Amino acid sequence: MSKALSDTPTQPWKTVDPEFRKQQLITHLGTPVLALLFTVISPMAGFTGFCVTWFGFHVFAAALLAKYGKKPKSYANAFIEVFVGVTIFVFVAFVSTVLWPVISNGMAGVSHLNLLFQDAGKVGADASLDKGGFGHAIVGSALMIGLASLISVPIGILAALYVTEVRGKLTPFVRFFVQAMSGVPSIVAGLFIYSALIISGILQYSGFAGSLALSILMLPTVARTAEEILRLIPDDLRTAALALGGTQWRTVRMVVLPAAKSGLITSAILGIARVAGETAPLLLTAFGNNVLNVNPFSDSMAALPSYVFNQMLLGGDNDMARAWFATFVLLIAITILFTSARIVADRMKRN
Amino acid sequence: MGSEELEFVANLDNAMETKDINVWFGERQVLANVNLEFQTNTVTALIGPSGCGKSTFIRTLNRMHELIPSAKLAGRVMLDDEDIYAAHVDPVDIRLKVGMVFQKPNPFPSMSIGDNVLAGLKLAKRKVEDADFILEDSLRKAGLWDEVKDRLKTSAGSLSGGQQQRLCIARSLVLKPQVLLMDEPCSALDPGSTRRIEETIKELRESVTIVIVTHNMQQALRVSDYTAFFLSEEGHPGHVVEYGLTNDIFHEPKDQRTDDYVHGRFG
Repeated sequence: MSKALSDTPTQPWKTVDPEFRKQQLITHLGTPVLALLFTVISPMAGFTGFCVTWFGFHVFAAALLAKYGKKPKSYANAFIEVFVGVTIFVFVAFVSTVLWPVISNGMAGVSHLNLLFQDAGKVGADASLDKGGFGHAIVGSALMIGLASLISVPIGILAALYVTEVRGKLTPFVRFFVQAMSGVPSIVAGLFIYSALIISGILQYSGFAGSLALSILMLPTVARTAEEILRLIPDDLRTAALALGGTQWRTVRMVVLPAAKSGLITSAILGIARVAGETAPLLLTAFGNNVLNVNPFSDSMAALPSYVFNQMLLGGDNDMARAWFATFVLLIAITILFTSARIVADRMKRN
Repeated sequence: MGSEELEFVANLDNAMETKDINVWFGERQVLANVNLEFQTNTVTALIGPSGCGKSTFIRTLNRMHELIPSAKLAGRVMLDDEDIYAAHVDPVDIRLKVGMVFQKPNPFPSMSIGDNVLAGLKLAKRKVEDADFILEDSLRKAGLWDEVKDRLKTSAGSLSGGQQQRLCIARSLVLKPQVLLMDEPCSALDPGSTRRIEETIKELRESVTIVIVTHNMQQALRVSDYTAFFLSEEGHPGHVVEYGLTNDIFHEPKDQRTDDYVHGRFG
């Protein structure tokens, strides 16, 4: 009986040829150095210039290495791999240059928790961070986004049901309007509510007017995502329910909606995330306020993005610090929303 | 199957009858002049090569056909001496009286096994009086009770394909249909599950009229009393070539084409 070669379980396909590893290392270390030199001696300057030249050098080196290096046969594969890898790296680098100042400047406010709970009623320009805060803006944002969701989520889901389940004669029109609406610049939504409801005197500047403007922006996002989700529900289920003598409405309520539940929750969360950072439509409708207002139907109301905008206009060091911290809070809130949408969507996939 | 038994069956009333059924999808005619009678408490098999219109035909019997937007139809389907396509008839009522089991098992994934069985009642907004009895009764009739009685609350997705199909049969039986349509119910199943479903069909025959589409000649021979052979010859819509007692169709066919098909010489 022949002796087994080895009993230890291994993954031989994962062992990398040391020669190949060495060539890779040279590319990964060599190209940034080359790019740095190039940015120094050429007109390509700064971080962006470095990224662009490095990207070019790296892709070129990968192509060379793949063509004349250790594994010429898989050169196309290696080339694409490096191309994608470097692109992702550059992309992450750009995003971090946006995120980093928000985080580093925003952290200054973390030790001043009064900023989260107090309003800006008796706080002058450039007051110290120990005084006042933007609690009123957090409450305002939450109220307006909540109201906007109450308006646009049911309408959005009904529109999606009309398109996927009823498939009535107006389907192409509903689709067209939803698509057209998703291209509306956010300021136009604000202008529309301003001219249609506020100038005409039907509404005053109020949180409700703000949430109406936000609903206009949320609606297409919710309707389109919900439509995609409902499309994923297999037709087998509808047929089965209809064959059991269900009416269309009961089929939708008992079979289609339960199957799509977590997906529809995701569509609502994505809609919220779409409008949470909107400033322009609120300036014309909710106007902004320095004190806490919990009644969305009377008086102007503040929101986080418009608070940031107003603080930036004031321009003092402490005003800027407040603005950065408010941005930081908004960023975290949106991250939490997107992450929860992800988790809910994943759970749906597993079912 | 003994011939005395068949004569006895032949004396019973028709549960369902079609008169000159013609079917189109858009401009294309796929069925021409189908006249069939399904006698109460018998099993009728519809056989024929793919694309001959068997499945389309069976879907006209419970008004599922009209769910396809381009579908058109001429002719009548009589159930209880009434045309199910008459203007005043609600398709929902017809589907309650004429149940259907599909080719691919389609239990509701978001419901438990028990809820799946009762889903028909809830969809029809009927009161569920004695849920435990209904559950056991219909699951027993579908031959699934012993396998699932301890896990009625678990998801229907955890069942095997054959079990899911029997669950779908139990789900249709809860509504006490007069006629049960089965569209190739075993084509996605292994031989063991197929055997179980065939046994179920034989037991159900006592209480319900069954129309079954099948591509499996042996299955038609095993489970059915009557057989209709559909054929769609080149350039012509599908039609019934021969219809009669299953034994006759398989052993003494009158038409040469039937003889060729049941003996596997084409199709």
